[in-house]
Amino acid sequence: MAKRYWNEYQKTIAKDHYFYERSCIRQTFFPGSEAAFLNILRNDLGLDIYDSSHQHTCTGIGYHSDVVPFETTMTIVARLFSLMTEKGYENYVPSCVTSFGVITEMLEKWAEDPALLDQARDLLYKATGRTFNLPKNVAHPSDIIYAFRHELKEKMKFQLVNRFTGKPLRVVEHIGCHYAKIFPKHGVGNAEFPYVLAGMIEAWGGEAVDYPERRHCCGFGFRQYLVQENRGYSVANSRKKFESMEPYEPDFIVANCPGCAMFLDKWQYTIAEMEHKTYDKAGYGIPVLTYEEMAGLLLGYDPWVLGLQIHQVQCESLLNKIGIAYNPNDKYKGVDGSVLPLPNKPTVLKV
Amino acid sequence: MSKIAIIGAGVAGIEVASVLAKQHDVDLFEKETAPLCNIRNKALLFPDFSSADELADTLTEKLHNPNITPHYGTDITDLRPLEGGWELKEAAGTTHLANHVVLATGYQVFDASKKEELGYGIYPSIITSIDLEKMIREERIVNAFNETPKSVTFLQCVGSRDEKSGNHYCSKVCCVTAVKQAIEVRKMLPDASAFVFYMDLRMWGQGFEEMYRTAQEQYSVNFIRGRISEAAATYDHKVQLKAEDTLMGLPLNMDTDLLVLMVGMCPSEGTQTLAQAAGIAGPYHFAKSLSEHLTDNCTERKGLFLAGACKRPMSVTDTIQDARAAAVTILEQIS
Repeated sequence: MAKRYWNEYQKTIAKDHYFYERSCIRQTFFPGSEAAFLNILRNDLGLDIYDSSHQHTCTGIGYHSDVVPFETTMTIVARLFSLMTEKGYENYVPSCVTSFGVITEMLEKWAEDPALLDQARDLLYKATGRTFNLPKNVAHPSDIIYAFRHELKEKMKFQLVNRFTGKPLRVVEHIGCHYAKIFPKHGVGNAEFPYVLAGMIEAWGGEAVDYPERRHCCGFGFRQYLVQENRGYSVANSRKKFESMEPYEPDFIVANCPGCAMFLDKWQYTIAEMEHKTYDKAGYGIPVLTYEEMAGLLLGYDPWVLGLQIHQVQCESLLNKIGIAYNPNDKYKGVDGSVLPLPNKPTVLKV
Repeated sequence: MSKIAIIGAGVAGIEVASVLAKQHDVDLFEKETAPLCNIRNKALLFPDFSSADELADTLTEKLHNPNITPHYGTDITDLRPLEGGWELKEAAGTTHLANHVVLATGYQVFDASKKEELGYGIYPSIITSIDLEKMIREERIVNAFNETPKSVTFLQCVGSRDEKSGNHYCSKVCCVTAVKQAIEVRKMLPDASAFVFYMDLRMWGQGFEEMYRTAQEQYSVNFIRGRISEAAATYDHKVQLKAEDTLMGLPLNMDTDLLVLMVGMCPSEGTQTLAQAAGIAGPYHFAKSLSEHLTDNCTERKGLFLAGACKRPMSVTDTIQDARAAAVTILEQIS
């Protein structure tokens, strides 16, 4: 067996005292995930993470769509760093993979061309009177969960094991393109075989499925979905991945990027409507989790508090396989206990 | 008589030894337990499809000379100049003395597992040109599942002409080797298709261009200009390729049963270690000659000579010629 070089490559991940930058879109699509991450760090691991109420966009989607100019993005990132600096933190943790890509890109640009860093400082100061320090460490939240995967395993109530067969669950892991494809050195395991999610899966008893289109884009490419007429490209990308993973009969998909998790989940409904095709034998689709949801479920968090009912592909079959108890009557209850309006049922995809 | 130490009992080392031993005492050091390991891995040689074993046997015959003392299983790891000669040091600590030293430590092939996107060492139906050569020797070409492949695909320039791996140089022999191997595949498996992905086909030697033409006209080998960007195993025992056909200007997805990575020539560990120790390390850690034109077998160090692929990628033919040139150079200097 040849040497696996990427296993030797491990990025530096700060161990405590993080400044958290929230995602613009994650709280809509996966409303429990960011809260779960903060709870896991604070309550399960006893770590310090600061969640600022003054934060804002990184401009990522606008930047990659050529709507927001580079200088603006640079200044916006500078302001985010100034919030971190103001609170005395040095370890920056952007929730979104797109933000992670933007942050690392700005830091690389500034390292390559210090005049740009001077320009960013100047623009920020003129606009806001603020100053900033560069972070000493930038880690994606999935990096941090990965770094503490063994400690978390000690606290977990469940494993990624099918309780009916006793076999490891087969998990498709999907890594956001902007996590390591832009700057491979900033990803755990480098770009070709990122290990950040596979490491969690293996540590928690599951089996990462290697399938031919493992590296392929999920369909969240900004130019594919921003213009409605182009969305066929987005669906086609997701479909390509589903077709490729289908023979391996995965139990679920886990992703570390908001767009990836969202499209891999919701396009299953779209493809089912378009082609009457689902990618599991029972017709329910393949459940899609964020890594925080995966960790939270195994730690014993309530599936409905994690927000799994918001997913397009319903997760009960997965919960049953793992052996996680849930109350079906609580699925669509609001925080005050009132029953919320039930969603319409898809035509093809079973729920 | 001078005492000459030759490090490396490959094609170059044996050829130098056979010439010098007519007049001088030769100590021939080889870290492996037998000579000619690289050539013994090959089946047929380009461009004439002659037997590699026959050549190896002929070279081995040349070692039957009382003036040649082989030292197999002897790993020389250090070289130090002395007054009037050199001291050679083994890994185990034993030292040997010689008036002149010939570095003939040759090459090793690029470690294809460094090109992670190409899946070598991960997906078993992805092999190197060396692996295929062994199959051809055994007259049995199969994929990892013991199945006879219906298509075999070759990818040129793996670990050579490649910025990502840090090897910008052309490995010189891979183009023609792929043509030769594709013909051999088609001869052994007439029902299988053969595809060769290339950047340029550098048919520089006599008979090479003709062989390339024969591959297309008689053996229907498909040559596609473009790189494979990614290879992965599929559920049904195939290898899925993503590539670009740069003549068509189109992306290309295809499946194949066996992917053969044409691995380039790199300096062997012995070449790297000893070139460094002697202070003659050149580009890409090959050994550096004094000049490539008139003194290509000499080095900046008096009494230290070079022969063969320790300097740069070379074909077997070139290596033999270079080894003879080295021997003549040494004889001239001794006289």
